[in-house]
Amino acid sequence: MSDLTIKNLKKVFEGLEIIKGIDLDIRDHEFVVFVGPSGCGKSTLLRLIAGLEEVTSGHIYLDDKEITDIAPAKRDLAMVFQTYALYPHMTVRKNMSFALDLAGIDKKEVEAKVNEAARILELEPLLERKPKALSGGQRQRVAIGRAIVRHPKIFLFDEPLSNLDAALRVQMRLELARLHQELNATMIYVTHDQVEAMTLADKVVVLNAGRVEQVGSPLTLYHHPVNRFVAGFIGTPKMGFLKAKVESVNAGGVLVSLSCGHQVEIAVKGEHLQRGSRVTLGVRPEHLRITAASDSTFKAKLTVSEHLGADTFCYVETADQEVLTVRAAGHFQMKFGSDIGLELDVQQCHLFDDQDRTLARITTPL
Amino acid sequence: MLTLKQTRQLRTFLLGSLAWIVALLVFFPIFWMLLTSFKTELDAFSSPPQLFFTPTFENYIQVDSRSNYFHYAMNSVVVSFGATFLGMLLAIPAAYSMAFFETKRTKGTLLWMLSTKMLPPVGVLVPIYLIFKDVGLLDTRTGLILIYTLINLPIMVWMLYTYFKEIPKDILEAARLDGATPMQEILRVLLPISKGGIASTLLLSLILCWNEAFWSLNLTASSAAPLTALVASYSSPEGLFWAKLSAVSTLACAPILIFGWFSQKQLVRGLSFGAVK
Repeated sequence: MSDLTIKNLKKVFEGLEIIKGIDLDIRDHEFVVFVGPSGCGKSTLLRLIAGLEEVTSGHIYLDDKEITDIAPAKRDLAMVFQTYALYPHMTVRKNMSFALDLAGIDKKEVEAKVNEAARILELEPLLERKPKALSGGQRQRVAIGRAIVRHPKIFLFDEPLSNLDAALRVQMRLELARLHQELNATMIYVTHDQVEAMTLADKVVVLNAGRVEQVGSPLTLYHHPVNRFVAGFIGTPKMGFLKAKVESVNAGGVLVSLSCGHQVEIAVKGEHLQRGSRVTLGVRPEHLRITAASDSTFKAKLTVSEHLGADTFCYVETADQEVLTVRAAGHFQMKFGSDIGLELDVQQCHLFDDQDRTLARITTPL
Repeated sequence: MLTLKQTRQLRTFLLGSLAWIVALLVFFPIFWMLLTSFKTELDAFSSPPQLFFTPTFENYIQVDSRSNYFHYAMNSVVVSFGATFLGMLLAIPAAYSMAFFETKRTKGTLLWMLSTKMLPPVGVLVPIYLIFKDVGLLDTRTGLILIYTLINLPIMVWMLYTYFKEIPKDILEAARLDGATPMQEILRVLLPISKGGIASTLLLSLILCWNEAFWSLNLTASSAAPLTALVASYSSPEGLFWAKLSAVSTLACAPILIFGWFSQKQLVRGLSFGAVK
């Protein structure tokens, strides 16, 4: 068992509230990812859980035992740092056995555990080397090995892949996913990279300015963001936002007009909306289509397009200087500055009220 | 017009020459002292100074017969090593807490500590002398160790603080999560990583203690007097005898010079260890 419960956790640092009252439940075996822009408090939250920072107020429980004020070493957690934080003066073997040696565990047992971790991480040939003689990816694996040998209740990862190059990052990401399967352990993972969040997580916690914006599975966040922040943060390229005005509200949805005059009806509940009130329409690049300028009343100009092979991302600008991204087919070709028409997949559009809250859908899109 | 290669060669030559000039300037007094110590008193006084003369061991023999060199040397060793050891014992935890648990007041504390070095020692001579007299520390090694520790502590803390600051905090936090107590954290992680810095601090403290003269002259008479006091004893009563003074100075400098020269190799190796990340 390793359930982590956080209740109304706050952290004030030099008069500045960094964590503003967080409640969170993390279940056994879950892979939870904290994601958010830099400065949102995700690393601080992880360090509070680890015990490396002092909690200002609130409580942290691990399996019904309060650990809020317990020393880091006694929490039964292991952490992998962004900088790896390997002990430079020890060999890989010593790095991995350090915690066990300190705990006074029998030498034979220590060796067995280190060898087992080395096998899982394919570190066996490197055991007698010092960290200096390892590549970035190998160092990262040693840092993970150091955590594995301890069999902690929860693994904590603080942006573990951000010091690796792109190719290695993808490889290590897969390795982490495999490790989670193999160890069947509870893992908490901090990242600012939402691709890592989407691919690794069972549960994503989106943080912003010290608050939890939304907790949910990656696809829940993608399809049902609770507010404009989450909608804009999850998904690459980002969701596009258009200013809109409510024309009418009826049982079938809300009819809005965009600044260019184009009108669309979105199937969301909008009882509290007044005719004429300001709303924001959100649409993801994959839910927009480029048509001939004459085929649509929603007109724009193509500014830049990025050819990625399988897809082309087109950046278009509306008459009102609103920028949208459109995902088009890989073979899409058009001159920059051309006038185009846009077609929205209204079933997939989101509508946000003037408080940036998402309006609930009437029918769930397939 | 010089080619790029020629410019580079010229620059290397000029920089090399500059280094040699500085090195010779620094070394010259020591060289001259060594030379004078092998002259007769007459040669030592002669003007213009003589570079070529018949060397003599007379001065060394005289110094050896007149004073017990090993008594003073032993005092120097005990006091220097004692004060350095005690200083490290205090400075390491202080620098550790300042470097890794920094608060708003850390910088101020560091500056305040250093400011005590700006006070001329003579300004506190009378109170310290009286205190030492009252507690019976005058002319004792313990007294010297205490005073040397105190005067060197600010510099030791500063140096160690600077070295510790270079060490990523993560490494110590990892040790903390691995279950290390603060003591284990310092002994098993911090000190091995910063051994270059520790070695330099140790060496500096040893040299400063070894060469300290103000307090040793004022607080000791004979039983705890270190080599600096021995050197001073050759300068006054019977007038100045340059050759003998040079001989005794050479004897006083020699141990720390040789020690420094040997540990320099260790030191350079220690300093280049640095690859932490």
